[in-house]
Amino acid sequence: MSHFILQRTFIMVLTMLVLSFVVFYLGNLEPNLRKLALEQNNNRMSQADVDSWLEKNGYRRSFIVRYGEWTAGVLSGDFGYSTRFRMPVNEALPKRLGYTGILAFWVLMTMVPSALLIGILSGMREGSALDRFLSLFSVTTTATPEYVSGILFTVIFASLLGWFKGVANVKDITFENFTLPVMTMSIYGMGYIARMTRASMSEVMTSQYIRTAHLKGLPFKTVVLKHALRNALIAPFTVILLQFPWLLTGVVIVEKLFNYKGFGWTLVEAAENNDVDMLLACSLVSVLVVIGTQLISDVGYAYLNPRIRVES
Amino acid sequence: MDTVSIWELWGGVAVRFWPVWLAMLITYLLMRMYRKRLGVFGHLLDSAVGITGLMIVLFWLFTALFADIVSTFEPLEQFFRYRKKPPGIVEAESMIPMYFGSDNLGRDLFSRMVHGSRFVLMIAPAATLVAFVVGITLGLPAGYKGGRVDAILSFIANLILSFPVIVLFYLLVTPGIRETALPNVMAGVFFMFPIIFSLTVLRSRFSERPGLLFPWSVIILILGGWLYSGVVFNSDPLGLISMDPNELNIFAAVVFASSPGVFRIVRGLTMDIKTRDYVAAAQTRGETPWYIMLWEILPNARGPLIVDACLRIGYTTILLGTLGFFGLGLAPESPDWGSMINQTRGLIRLVPTIVLPQTIALASFVLGLNLLADGLREESLKD
Repeated sequence: MSHFILQRTFIMVLTMLVLSFVVFYLGNLEPNLRKLALEQNNNRMSQADVDSWLEKNGYRRSFIVRYGEWTAGVLSGDFGYSTRFRMPVNEALPKRLGYTGILAFWVLMTMVPSALLIGILSGMREGSALDRFLSLFSVTTTATPEYVSGILFTVIFASLLGWFKGVANVKDITFENFTLPVMTMSIYGMGYIARMTRASMSEVMTSQYIRTAHLKGLPFKTVVLKHALRNALIAPFTVILLQFPWLLTGVVIVEKLFNYKGFGWTLVEAAENNDVDMLLACSLVSVLVVIGTQLISDVGYAYLNPRIRVES
Repeated sequence: MDTVSIWELWGGVAVRFWPVWLAMLITYLLMRMYRKRLGVFGHLLDSAVGITGLMIVLFWLFTALFADIVSTFEPLEQFFRYRKKPPGIVEAESMIPMYFGSDNLGRDLFSRMVHGSRFVLMIAPAATLVAFVVGITLGLPAGYKGGRVDAILSFIANLILSFPVIVLFYLLVTPGIRETALPNVMAGVFFMFPIIFSLTVLRSRFSERPGLLFPWSVIILILGGWLYSGVVFNSDPLGLISMDPNELNIFAAVVFASSPGVFRIVRGLTMDIKTRDYVAAAQTRGETPWYIMLWEILPNARGPLIVDACLRIGYTTILLGTLGFFGLGLAPESPDWGSMINQTRGLIRLVPTIVLPQTIALASFVLGLNLLADGLREESLKD
């Protein structure tokens, strides 16, 4: 097992290295540098001024040297300077990550229980009317991306009914302005988890030991709660964790949509203003989340399901 | 300014779509007549979910085809007197109602929505097809041979998949990038795959019959080279095929983002199927590895691949919408659904209905593809 974790960590570091190199390269292409110079100073700068500004700020030095400097900085814990926020990345990013953490926490708190409930209810009697209805609901939610559902919810709940607010604020999170972002994100992710739970549940319900439990004369409720659930929830566990990368893209869209100034909003701002250091830091965080959750899901799956053993 | 009643509004919309209804009806009747020969698509007629999905997808397909007949105005035509109007307002000069209202520049939302289907139906299926060819060409040997090829290709695929999609698009689809050769290089690499793939298919099948192999290879090379020069370098000698640099940029980025997923699925299926007896039989007969991969393994993997293709076209549609939503890559006046959502979402407070046509269009098309995939999966499991 430790060998497996070690191998995965190695792959993660390698991925981060390649990825940061690509982002660094693309961010430092000539048109992007020019854009940066114009954005940092003023838009009517002449080509000569742009060149001298880039020269003065060290953007004209060899690409490899600058990438090496950045890598050395990251290894010593310094993620560079954010040109968009005009402060070190180390100061700007953690705060934003915290805001997104709050959002992600509430999304998970609402998404996971409701998705599992929908999946279990529709999987326990496959083909029933309830199953048909809930399955249709799940498909509809997976087919509706955040920028569609978020807007529709805003139209319905903010414009027409006036229950909630269509804009969220990181400084002042209330039930009124936080419901719509959380709802938008959790509903999009919910459908997929619910479908996986349903598949897992309906497979368990046809297995021999469940039939035995039925034939012993146990009530349906006991069979579902005591016998089926335990095995049916192993597969959704990995699905929920593998949903994190998805959540990451969702965060970017939802934060932009509701103007919630967290990690996703920062990422968009960094990308739009060619803030390379900030963009690199955001990319590293994303890779850490994606590969980290993959690792946890693999280890957790092996731990939960004794039939699976990781080859060492 | 006059407005039409809600009955006239929906009645008018239903009538405008007449070529679409007609084409859908004809397709349905043809499917009924030839259901025995259609294989799993014929079985779709038995599944309520599958037929609903198919009809929604066909609806948008025919809308894209007949967009010029269905739409009431030009998608870019601006009526300054009719800005941000609610649904059903009548344009006084032509006496045609703006069925779904107008946007902030006074353009008819109904016509823009209808024309928007063209962009999606042009890019999404084609990009998915190219992504599939790339994924299949690389996934088959990775799954069949394993070893170092597999390790390297899988690493690259996982690398791309762990890249946040949004960052990828911000880096790959910008005006700055279009000044460099990168989009053309990427497109050049991706469009090479269909040609390589077709040639490999031919070579593995006709290796014993050079009389057939050579003429077919020449035909493919000429045809492929012609399309290639037109699409990638925009220099078709006949001037028939061309692609807008914006669209090429988006196309390459979308293929780049979705081919690793296809690769993983094909690799997994190949690893499963290669243990079957008929593969062992082919190996004993002394068939070449590429013959086994392309003519024994691939046809037996088609079920899951078709289902995945439907889902993936839907996902690509969502991606294209995301691009529009962030205002990436497309001309600002472009009538695609994503850009329309982005332009109108700030006006919800003034006219709540202004965002509805494009959002519902996008969601319904993706829903149709998902239902179709569900129906196909259900029916193919029955066999």
